[in-house]
Amino acid sequence: MYGGGYVSEEQRKQMQFDDDPEKLAAFEARIDRGEKIEPQDWMPKEYRKQLIRMIEQHAHSEIIGALPEGTWITRAPGFKRKMAIMAKVQDEIGHAQLLYAAAETLGKTREQMLNDLISGKSKYSNVFNYPAKTWSDVAVIGFLIDAAAIVNQTLNAKGSYGPYCRALERICYEEAFHLKQGHDAFVSLATGSKRMREELQEALNRWWRPIIHFFGPSDKQSVHSDKLMKWKVKMASNDDMRNQYLDMYVPRIRELDLTIPDPELRKDPDTGRWVFGDPNWDEFYEVIKGNGPCNEERLAVRRWAEENGTWVRQALQPKSGKYITPLA
Amino acid sequence: MKRVSLDPRVSRIDFAEGENPQNLINENIDQWETYEVFTQKKRGDQHQHVGIVHAPSKDLALVMAKEQYARRGYCVNLWVVPTASVTATEYEDSDIFDSVPEKTHREAVDYKVKGKITKYLESKKTMA
Repeated sequence: MYGGGYVSEEQRKQMQFDDDPEKLAAFEARIDRGEKIEPQDWMPKEYRKQLIRMIEQHAHSEIIGALPEGTWITRAPGFKRKMAIMAKVQDEIGHAQLLYAAAETLGKTREQMLNDLISGKSKYSNVFNYPAKTWSDVAVIGFLIDAAAIVNQTLNAKGSYGPYCRALERICYEEAFHLKQGHDAFVSLATGSKRMREELQEALNRWWRPIIHFFGPSDKQSVHSDKLMKWKVKMASNDDMRNQYLDMYVPRIRELDLTIPDPELRKDPDTGRWVFGDPNWDEFYEVIKGNGPCNEERLAVRRWAEENGTWVRQALQPKSGKYITPLA
Repeated sequence: MKRVSLDPRVSRIDFAEGENPQNLINENIDQWETYEVFTQKKRGDQHQHVGIVHAPSKDLALVMAKEQYARRGYCVNLWVVPTASVTATEYEDSDIFDSVPEKTHREAVDYKVKGKITKYLESKKTMA
């Protein structure tokens, strides 16, 4: 689960578009024809760079995204929920592996990516820097965050880079189960006792702002973002994705008589677009910078795993054999 | 200070301060090589390429592949092949395949005998 595609102002400034015009034209013609680009093909520098950044962030989001839910495995209410959440967490780690493999085809090794995650150089989706305080938070994540990820991932699966699309197809298939089990847990709480409803409402209150943040701030109209859209690296604007999400999920929250904690939220009948109150984008930028409630805790867990698993990886390291970039 | 548990609830109690992440990254570990994974969905089907796994040996590649590509039961058999063992054509050379559609002499539809048979049968009738 991931809501990526956020390109910071700084990254925007560093983009370079100085590729061979002839090769570029042939490349763009292939994308216009709907062809997929494979690792061995010629590609513009910035296409490769942005894809690595995006797929890597997506992979990190899967691996870190398993943490808030993972801590609830031991406390899940009942055997069935425990089994479901275990399967989901295993899937998320599997998704990370699929995505690292896709990013590797572009020339950055998995070790490099994991090192960049641990050192804080690489980013991952902001939502995972918030804590899952109660079981209701897990239900909100499983239903509403996974739903947002599906909007994003189904679009990206139609992108232009072959290995990423193939990984996403498989991921989307498994996400369908995640969404259903999340919805099931969410509905059980919403239709349960007064106390369960209250706890769910509180969790929804906590998560609404991160959910609005999920797709990122409005894209600035720029040559750069146009380029990424043209190359089918980015498939829809952040606002369009958020709007599609609100269209689909606001009714499913309201049908259960839960209150969305934004009095300004409404659909403008003239434009067909959702209007919402100020979600405090400053907070979004602060969390990206590493100052969210759980950034440090999340990375500390990864670091722990890295540190404590080193001897195992070293013991298993074969004498011969060499690392080669995967083919597809 | 060392973290005592993977579970943040436990470790949160005395959250380690001032840890330097750089020191904990071991740059000396080489990559495990990758293996290409093929699954067979049911007996009688062809094996199909589904992706890669990283593994330190063939046996562990099978274990990883089972976890990664066969956790939902749509598989009866697995193959793993070191990526280094794959020899592939270049996409740049894909025009080497272009001649295939022209080779209609390889296709069943290129052989039409109905007309000849009809003509023969008709000529037999006239003779009789």
